Amino acid sequence: MTDINTTRRELLIGAGASGATMLFAVRPAGATPEAMKTAIRKVIGEAKVSTGRIKLDIPPLVENGNTVAMSLTVESPMTAKDYVKGVHIFNERNPQPNVVTFHLGPRAGKADISARIRLSDSQNVIGIAEMSDGSFWSHEISVIVTLAACLEGTN
Amino acid sequence: MARVLINVPATAKRGSVIQIKTLISHVMEPGFRPGPDGKIIPRDIITLMTCKYNGEEVFRADMFPAVAANPFVTFHTIATESGKLEFAWTGDNGFTETASANITVE
Amino acid sequence: MTAARRIFHILHAASLPACAAAICILSLAAAPLRAGDIPLNQRQSGYDTMGRDTRAMQDDDTANPATLWLLDGEALWSKKEGAAGKACADCHTDAATSMKGVAARYPAFNTKQNKPLDIEGRINNCRTEHQQAQPLPFENKDLLALTAYVARQSRGMAIAPPPENMQPVVDQGRAIFEKRQGQLNLSCAQCHDDNWGRKLAGSAIPQGHPNGYPLYRLEWQSVGSLQRRLRNCLIGMRAEGYALGSPEYVALEAFLMWRARGMKMESPAVRP
Repeated sequence: MTDINTTRRELLIGAGASGATMLFAVRPAGATPEAMKTAIRKVIGEAKVSTGRIKLDIPPLVENGNTVAMSLTVESPMTAKDYVKGVHIFNERNPQPNVVTFHLGPRAGKADISARIRLSDSQNVIGIAEMSDGSFWSHEISVIVTLAACLEGTN
Repeated sequence: MARVLINVPATAKRGSVIQIKTLISHVMEPGFRPGPDGKIIPRDIITLMTCKYNGEEVFRADMFPAVAANPFVTFHTIATESGKLEFAWTGDNGFTETASANITVE
Repeated sequence: MTAARRIFHILHAASLPACAAAICILSLAAAPLRAGDIPLNQRQSGYDTMGRDTRAMQDDDTANPATLWLLDGEALWSKKEGAAGKACADCHTDAATSMKGVAARYPAFNTKQNKPLDIEGRINNCRTEHQQAQPLPFENKDLLALTAYVARQSRGMAIAPPPENMQPVVDQGRAIFEKRQGQLNLSCAQCHDDNWGRKLAGSAIPQGHPNGYPLYRLEWQSVGSLQRRLRNCLIGMRAEGYALGSPEYVALEAFLMWRARGMKMESPAVRP
């Protein structure tokens, strides 16, 4: 579920004094923390994942889940012998746990990447860095996604 | 018509790390949402983006439906030599797009 | 909190007799200022209240997806169209000069057609009259691209106060802005004049200025026109939207431009 326009159902509980309407979201089942774990295992196998070395940056309060600025950096000397091979991004509650995978190498100079992603709901997002020595490092962050107040409907 | 916007420094010092920005026009239809007729709109996304620097791949991204519409990706590379950076995107329904930029390394 | 805003709450909280009293206070307190008037020094662009990352997206042309539309618009500007085989550039030459400031003073009254036209309407007028081409439908990608390209030439400029011949249109727009409508029985003014800065669900209520259109809206994942945004609000109010291109929208646009007079154009902006 990546478009929040059409898959959330809204429940209007009344226009209050300020003219505000409140929306509650009911979403179809999608990715779950378990599905995310399975997806991670699919990519990295049985390898141990440590926390640290990668830093994921997403604003803690997202204005619209359709377009979420995400950036990341990984601590690495980025030499021919010691570099970041890839970074995998996963989420818990979109319809699918995979978000994006970046492949890089020593020629990157530094592991500093940004992209825009979709988040269907408030959830945890995890970034896993794969190093040239076969080790895996992760950073998990919690993101709150606010919903647009007025929906346009299908268009 | 403009489909792609890439930003590569025209000149760079040898050995310096440069930032590359890419923006491509694409709906990234995730394949989960119903259209006006109630039927699920089929998935139509970019699945792969690559960047080659004088023929050698320096960056690649595998994209899933959770990448936002009009994908914007920035990354870095070392300015090793003068030449050409070539970008390619491929996706569902035979989507392909390419772009390139020249760089002078001093 | 302004007097009008306070009384708005009293009105809702009050019992009927107290309500009647409050109405008296309202008419007294609000006499010098019309309800639709945010004090000029309190006006703020939607840009000022959006998050750091959304601002960054607007600040950098290479990060702003609307730039893709701009580039299309630039190409279309020089493309020959219609039976006349003329391009915009054939008459208007360099848009950077000829279109500078135009979007900051539109909608404008077209004396030949005897009606106000917004930028989209003006582009279509050029197409039918001078290029002898079909008008482009609203929200068509080419029309958005051309509109964005024209509006871009006014970026950073102050919105011009509408001239006298637009006053009836501005007044008509104000009447629509202040009229309660839809199943929620709301007016535009109740959110955007009386309650800006507060929250509607999780989102901040903006003042609702037109200074960035057409713009890339994260919700839309696309560039859209001011009319699309207005229709979006009407749907939110559970009101029946006007047909895109209708005179009601043009009047609302004219009123919003009057309301935002002096504010800086940001087109094509980014909004959540």
